[in-house]
Amino acid sequence: MQETSIAADMKTMDAESSFLKGFFDMIPLTVGAAPFGLMVGALAAGAGLDQWDIMAMSGLVYAGASQFTALGIWATPVPILTIIGVTLLVNLRHVLMGAALGPRIRHLPAWCRWSFLYVMSDESWATAIKHSAKKPLTAAYVMGVILPFYLNWILFSVLGVKFGHLVEDPAVYGFDFVFTAVFTTLVMGFWKGSHSAPPIVASVFTAVLAHHFLPGVWYIFLGGLAGVIAGAVFYREEQAA
Amino acid sequence: MSESYAIYATILGMALVTALTRFTGYWIIGKVAIKGRVAAALEAMPAAVLAAIVTPTALATGFAETVAVAVTVLLALRCHTLIAVGGGVLTVVALRFAFAG
Repeated sequence: MQETSIAADMKTMDAESSFLKGFFDMIPLTVGAAPFGLMVGALAAGAGLDQWDIMAMSGLVYAGASQFTALGIWATPVPILTIIGVTLLVNLRHVLMGAALGPRIRHLPAWCRWSFLYVMSDESWATAIKHSAKKPLTAAYVMGVILPFYLNWILFSVLGVKFGHLVEDPAVYGFDFVFTAVFTTLVMGFWKGSHSAPPIVASVFTAVLAHHFLPGVWYIFLGGLAGVIAGAVFYREEQAA
Repeated sequence: MSESYAIYATILGMALVTALTRFTGYWIIGKVAIKGRVAAALEAMPAAVLAAIVTPTALATGFAETVAVAVTVLLALRCHTLIAVGGGVLTVVALRFAFAG
């Protein structure tokens, strides 16, 4: 029997687990994602899609990297199966992410778990994982993390159809680096002593090789997988608390 | 098939396979007892995935990005996360500007 609900959270008035806390934790990443939304919209317009098409894509698929990839190979007639196949490969890392998230959301109500998984992004996943290391996730916090970020992506990708040409290069203002900087601090936050080293070293080493020799974002999935294997291989009994 | 049907079929197909990737890991891990090596592997996963995501930017993109990641790490050791993130972004903007062209 689960008591967790938005109403119950609001009664406890726990500011550390509230909707607003989730929203605030995501603000840098939300701002950083906006110019990429505009770019996706501009790419969609270039590929011959209108604002309703990109609204549907950003709302239903909601996966930035695969949207960039799909729109990059979009043509007339649409290579349907190629695009769907490439989308599957680009998003394979979600399998690892969903597995890591599993035990941390199992106690939440089903509607919350399913919404989170359906719109699980690198950003919302990392933020929720970090929070759950301190406090159990609440439905309110999860909604604060996923909902504004989701609407932000749809809004800016639709705006991008008309205004995307204004941000030809988010790198000029460092928007692209927000994501890298936040994730770098998160990696450090997961450091729990020397047994944290082998997975990170294995992941970085594998990612360098995969990024050099393989196309697309294979380096994320393979790096993550190498880290997971290293975590299992270097496991020692005394590590279990 | 008309072009607009093809567009929507593609979008729905993309949505379907993406949802599949998002639910599969959660579903599999629900079937496994989480202890010992499985727990160690799961515990290693977030840092490993995040490290892999930032690796190309940190090590294989350019001088500005590598230095900015180093600045972010140093600041994060002593300051609030937001200061570390802001310092990293300012560093990358300044170095890209300095070395532009």
